[in-house]
Amino acid sequence: MLKIEDLVVEVEGHTILNRINLEIPEGETHILFGPNGSGKSTLMMTIMGFSGYRVTSGHIWFKGEDITRMPIHERARLGIGVAFQRPPAINGLKTRDVVSLCAGQKSTNVEELAQKANFVDFLDRDLNLNFSGGEMKRSEMLQLLAQSPDLVLLDEPESGVDLENVVLLGEIINELLGRGVRQREKESAIAHRSKKSKSALVITHTGHILNYITADKGHVLYNGVLCCARNAREILQWIREYGYEECFRCAS
Amino acid sequence: MRELDVKNKAATRQDNNSPKPGYKDQADPHAYLEQLDRVDPEEARQWLNVGVDITGQNRSGTFIQKDCSVLHSGCGSGDVEIMGISQALQTHDWLKDYMWRLVSPEKDEYTRMTRDIPHEGYFIRSLPGAQVAEPVQSCLYISEEGLSQHVHNVVIAEENSSIHIITGCATAEHLRSGLHVGVSEFYVKKNATLHFTMIHRWGEQIEVRPRTGIHVEEGGTVVSNYVSLRPVGSLQMNPVTYLAGKDAVARFNSILVAPPGCELDTGSTVILEHPGARAEIISRAITTGGTIIARGEMDARAEGVKGHLECKGLILKEGIMHAIPELVGRVPGVDMSHEAAVGKIDQREIEYLMARGLDEETAVSTIVRGFLNVDIEGLPPGLAEEIDQVVSETQHDAL
Ligand SMILES: Nc1ncnc2c1ncn2[C@@H]1O[C@H](COP(=O)(O)OP(=O)(O)OP(=O)(O)O)[C@@H](O)[C@H]1O
Ligand SMILES: [Mg+2]
Repeated sequence: MLKIEDLVVEVEGHTILNRINLEIPEGETHILFGPNGSGKSTLMMTIMGFSGYRVTSGHIWFKGEDITRMPIHERARLGIGVAFQRPPAINGLKTRDVVSLCAGQKSTNVEELAQKANFVDFLDRDLNLNFSGGEMKRSEMLQLLAQSPDLVLLDEPESGVDLENVVLLGEIINELLGRGVRQREKESAIAHRSKKSKSALVITHTGHILNYITADKGHVLYNGVLCCARNAREILQWIREYGYEECFRCAS
Repeated sequence: MRELDVKNKAATRQDNNSPKPGYKDQADPHAYLEQLDRVDPEEARQWLNVGVDITGQNRSGTFIQKDCSVLHSGCGSGDVEIMGISQALQTHDWLKDYMWRLVSPEKDEYTRMTRDIPHEGYFIRSLPGAQVAEPVQSCLYISEEGLSQHVHNVVIAEENSSIHIITGCATAEHLRSGLHVGVSEFYVKKNATLHFTMIHRWGEQIEVRPRTGIHVEEGGTVVSNYVSLRPVGSLQMNPVTYLAGKDAVARFNSILVAPPGCELDTGSTVILEHPGARAEIISRAITTGGTIIARGEMDARAEGVKGHLECKGLILKEGIMHAIPELVGRVPGVDMSHEAAVGKIDQREIEYLMARGLDEETAVSTIVRGFLNVDIEGLPPGLAEEIDQVVSETQHDAL
């Protein structure tokens, strides 16, 4: 689904990501760990194609296409969606309208989606304007529900979200990915198996989200270098006990 | 940049003091029409563009002036009076006391012209206690090349009444040059509400000089919306509102778009004279090559008054945006604030929407439309589409 090869990324003249290699096969959920400033968000922004993140060498492949130089909206239409860590507010633009824009050509019931994200009361507010931290996350998830991408990039989806809403968030992510028990209850086993599964890359510091979603693999980003790839819970355990630096030392 | 600003300001000032030479101050008279169904469809279309509908649907009354003649006036409601100002002066002896009370005839050359060579204007009055449900519409239209049109309007919202007026100003499509001077005096009596929406759609070289004074008594509210989306040669206005009673309220919203060659010098002055008075001035301005001066002035003269000014301007591609918010407090215990911002669309916002699958052009127009969306109550329904239209045209200029 997603394949990153020897990717080097500069921001404002500084190399932030160094020779990143990462592959997320179809249907897999990968977790990205790393200390503050290690370059996690930078990696997501680069996958999405935001300006200011200059790819100086390497490639990004998605669904077999080289998207390294592709405009943002084409990547989105090809099936990549991001929940941003710090989304901008847009004055005068109603959240309701953005959600239907996210759906593109697909028909969508905004109210119904908003109910899933516990966000009905916010539909008539300006997008992200004065949203609380947790509300911002739900707004992002609601937009992704409408967009329904094949690869979801989630940048700290649970940070600042209260306990009840974390449960909800887990459900939304599972719905987005077509995974989880609830999702399976809704569909027959055959329908479920025949459905194309979606992939995800999830950034988390706390690991809380791992209680709600099934992670296939975890990675550690340290100083712009991906240094470890193994079971996500194992990595989390390591980081908790020994810290990132030790984690980095072990890998190298 | 600084030099350019100064030069530009000087040019504007000079321009405001006197009209370009060569206008004529009379036009051929037009016959009064009892029924509007015989109006030239082309003219009717121009009027509809500024919110004036000849079918009179969803309107309590209609006034139409073409050049120097009243073409039509009538109302379907006994709660409101609407007629040409000269007829109104004959009807009501007392009306003369309302003329030139809020605007001095000696204010400038334009007011003098209106005093010396008056060309009608409208008189609209909601009777005491009347709740006029549907808006009253009025249209001031210029069809004669090179005409200098001087109208004098008086609006009175009597005690405890409420009325919404939509005024559309336009010129014939072919018109090249012209001058419009409108002296307007609005009286909002005790506990009355006047909701006034003005939509301008002048020609590319027309000079426009509204001169407006508004007097609001205790508990009264004036809400004034101003919309100018199309090219105009030059516009200069700065209505002065006196909040002359306890708890009087003024709210001004404006939406301005200045294409190349267009000069908009607009603002609003509110004088808060009594405790509890509140004022809000909000403007959203976009230049795609023209010059916009967005002024706002609040003068707090009593304790416990509250005011907020908000000027936001976008420069798409080129043009000059000059936001001038001014606050004056003359006593302690006033609460006044302002927020002004001039800039371009934030690239992060564009890319954020692109990440949702919108192409760049759609992302920009979505943001611009949001920027212009100030949640104005009571705009005529066609206006949202007009804004969409202008935004997409603007975009082609800007990208
Ligand atoms: N636009 C920018 N200008 C300058 N430096 C930047 C810019 N964007 C990112 N950086 C720098 O790049 C580094 C990586 O930032 P990034 O946001 O990717 O970190 P992160 O791993 O997501 O951290 P966190 O866990 O705090 O979210 C940081 O040192 C950051 O300051
Ligand atoms: Mg980050």
